Amino acid sequence: MLMQAETQTDAPTDVPVLALDGITKTFPGVKALDGVSLRLYPGQVTALIGENGAGKSTVVKTLTGIYQPDGGEILVDGAPKRFPTAQDAADAGITAIHQETVLFDELSVAENIFLGHEPRGRFGLIDWAAMEAKATEILRGIGAEIDPAHKLRDLGIANKHLVAIARALSIDARVVIMDEPTAALSHKEIQELYELVETLKSQGKAILFISHKFDEIFRIADRFTVFRDGQFIADGKIADVTESDLVKMMVGRDVSQIFPTRNNIPGDEVLRVEGMNHPTEFADVGFRLQRGEILGFYGLVGAGRSEFMQALFGITKPSAGRVTIDGVEEAIRSPADAVDAGIVYVPEDRGKQGAITALPIFQNVTLPSLGRTSHKGFLRLAEEFRLAREYTQRLDLRAASLDTAVGNLSGGNQQKVVIAKWLATQPKVIILDEPTKGIDIGSKAAVHEFMAELAAEGLAVIMVSSEIPEVLGMSDRVIVMREGRMVAELAGDELTPETLVRHAAGI
Amino acid sequence: MLQRLITSREALLLGAIAVLLALISTRFPGFVTPSNLADVFNDTSPLILLAIGQMIVILTKCIDLSVAANLALTGMVVSMLNLAFPGLPVALILVVAITLGALMGMFNGILVWKLDIPPIVVTLGTMTIFRGIIFLISDGKWVNSHEMSPAFKAFPRFELLGLPMLSWTAILAVIVFTIVMSRTTLGRAAYAVGGNPHAATYTGIEVGRTQFWAFTISGALAGLTGYLWVSRYAVAYVDIAGGFELDVVAACVIGGISIAGGIGSVGGALLGALFLGVIKNALPVINVSPFWQLAISGGAIIIAVAVNARASRTKGRIILKSAEHAA
Repeated sequence: MLMQAETQTDAPTDVPVLALDGITKTFPGVKALDGVSLRLYPGQVTALIGENGAGKSTVVKTLTGIYQPDGGEILVDGAPKRFPTAQDAADAGITAIHQETVLFDELSVAENIFLGHEPRGRFGLIDWAAMEAKATEILRGIGAEIDPAHKLRDLGIANKHLVAIARALSIDARVVIMDEPTAALSHKEIQELYELVETLKSQGKAILFISHKFDEIFRIADRFTVFRDGQFIADGKIADVTESDLVKMMVGRDVSQIFPTRNNIPGDEVLRVEGMNHPTEFADVGFRLQRGEILGFYGLVGAGRSEFMQALFGITKPSAGRVTIDGVEEAIRSPADAVDAGIVYVPEDRGKQGAITALPIFQNVTLPSLGRTSHKGFLRLAEEFRLAREYTQRLDLRAASLDTAVGNLSGGNQQKVVIAKWLATQPKVIILDEPTKGIDIGSKAAVHEFMAELAAEGLAVIMVSSEIPEVLGMSDRVIVMREGRMVAELAGDELTPETLVRHAAGI
Repeated sequence: MLQRLITSREALLLGAIAVLLALISTRFPGFVTPSNLADVFNDTSPLILLAIGQMIVILTKCIDLSVAANLALTGMVVSMLNLAFPGLPVALILVVAITLGALMGMFNGILVWKLDIPPIVVTLGTMTIFRGIIFLISDGKWVNSHEMSPAFKAFPRFELLGLPMLSWTAILAVIVFTIVMSRTTLGRAAYAVGGNPHAATYTGIEVGRTQFWAFTISGALAGLTGYLWVSRYAVAYVDIAGGFELDVVAACVIGGISIAGGIGSVGGALLGALFLGVIKNALPVINVSPFWQLAISGGAIIIAVAVNARASRTKGRIILKSAEHAA
């Protein structure tokens, strides 16, 4: 209650329809939300602003009953409430329209709108006539000309959004959360969405609008709230701030993280990428990389960085492009080709793409190097153990035995196994995709230290990261991607938080 | 840790088989004499051969329902070959059987690898196709004992050190595939692909190619078993080994091979097959009705899956430093 007294000074006089007070949510190793507050007022649009990983989606999940906060209070009309399930949040009149609409392709529009709260007739059976009539009414109310009997599959992405909004309205929502609603819409559709938001406002609904696009925020939001690293930074009226103010609030931070000092002189060119294109994911990506260099790739989530890396590694097929390693042009058609050419990729999702948890440590480490540890298809176990021991020791991996299944190790140690596995292939270029995502501060420092060591030993490192301090603290050069294209290549004095965010957001 | 888990899982199964044998011996002591146990092993050998192949397929997150049909088709082809050319040496017959079976396995494998069709659908389809082909080439007629050459029939019965060749073939397969699975890159790839296909892809292991080779091995073993089956029972017709693929899958499941892929061993497949073999051979001699046999086999499958599920559930993560060192 103390927080409320502090932050409510410039708020409108009426009571917020929904408020978060000192909400804390911890996941193993990370504090996703650290005592955040958020206030939503009827008839007003509040923009929630923050970098990737600021805690925006965690807040949405807390508000809609998917996550339970570890501390703090959710207040509906000033009274504390708990949402043990998603249904409880819906009953309180809170509804979310997600980035990727969560609807059912094979069901009709009306069924999608009323799924879970269908109008019932006699004997508790679904009253189809009433359902379609109500659906028509709601759709008309938001100006959508959609036949409720159509299957959702037959609609375009914009109309699907309208169905999602109709669904939100069908439960008589008082709070509508829109999580990057314009991400997949065309310019004209975005204008229509703005009109819809105005309609919702005039009906007295409170709207939480999450967006990376500043033009949108200044177009439709009345108020803003800024989060950074899971903490509440500021809130207020949009009319009182400028874009630069918001950018500063988003990125400004205390220099609590210390990065290893590096004084490397980049060596010969090891990798050259020219004119890499993909039909749908990225276009015109090209750069050079030198031995001993750390090249950062920054961008918003979905900017095409990981997609490009997967193409470079041979997992997806680019439509055009040339990759030259040590002056030799390489045709990389599969990950095996990439490993042979000296490129390795440590993926972002350890659990899904990194380790094989049922296998012991030594078998994980040697998996991409089996060519060297086997003879005519037969494995040489002694050689495998030697290789595994060498690289796990180098990474200071502590485990009782190399026979231990990787699934039994802690997250940090699993990460070490994955990195050891790639180092054992003796690569020339190592791609680290979000190398410190979801690990604690101590382990982060160890990973950073290690990256610096690799670079010092002459390995060329590509680091994909969404964390500005990490990008700035570790990279010699940074390439910023936006919407599948390289929009900036920055080095030296150009490397500031503001320039990164401006290029990534396109302002 | 994992290896210990598997070992204990296999030890558990071995214990279960021992208890089963002890119970049977109280009712019918003659069952546990060495010569009868050797007979039971010989009788179970086809199941062991197919279970080994199936285990490798299941390990890569696939399933092969076409093994029994493959067996029957290969059996029919080699029988008709023997009928047409009675002088063909058995060595050549064995090569033909293994090659033909492997080709059928490759057909499954190609469909899974290149066309990305779910394995259960592919092998359900080829199972029917293979049976259909038997009918087409044989006109639905049988190849009977008197039409087979003596050498053709003698091979599985030929005794070496007191055991028939059929048993020796199964023993040889157990040894060869234990080595293949633990000491070759192909075996390692199979575990990796089933354990985490995404990670395997990133590691440079082609998931589809590994599955293709698993199907090829399963097919080759089915082909080999096809010849052994028709020569042992001295008859070949459309419906031989009908429904046998389910016994094979059951043996794998009882043997602790995870149907989700990535976990399993040749030893497990062997013990799973032996468990079913003992039940099948023992229950008639102690006057248990065939319907009870089915119920007991079914019960064993569910118990095995439940035990395995429990084992993987209680595993948990080692987070405490002290526990990590104790592990």
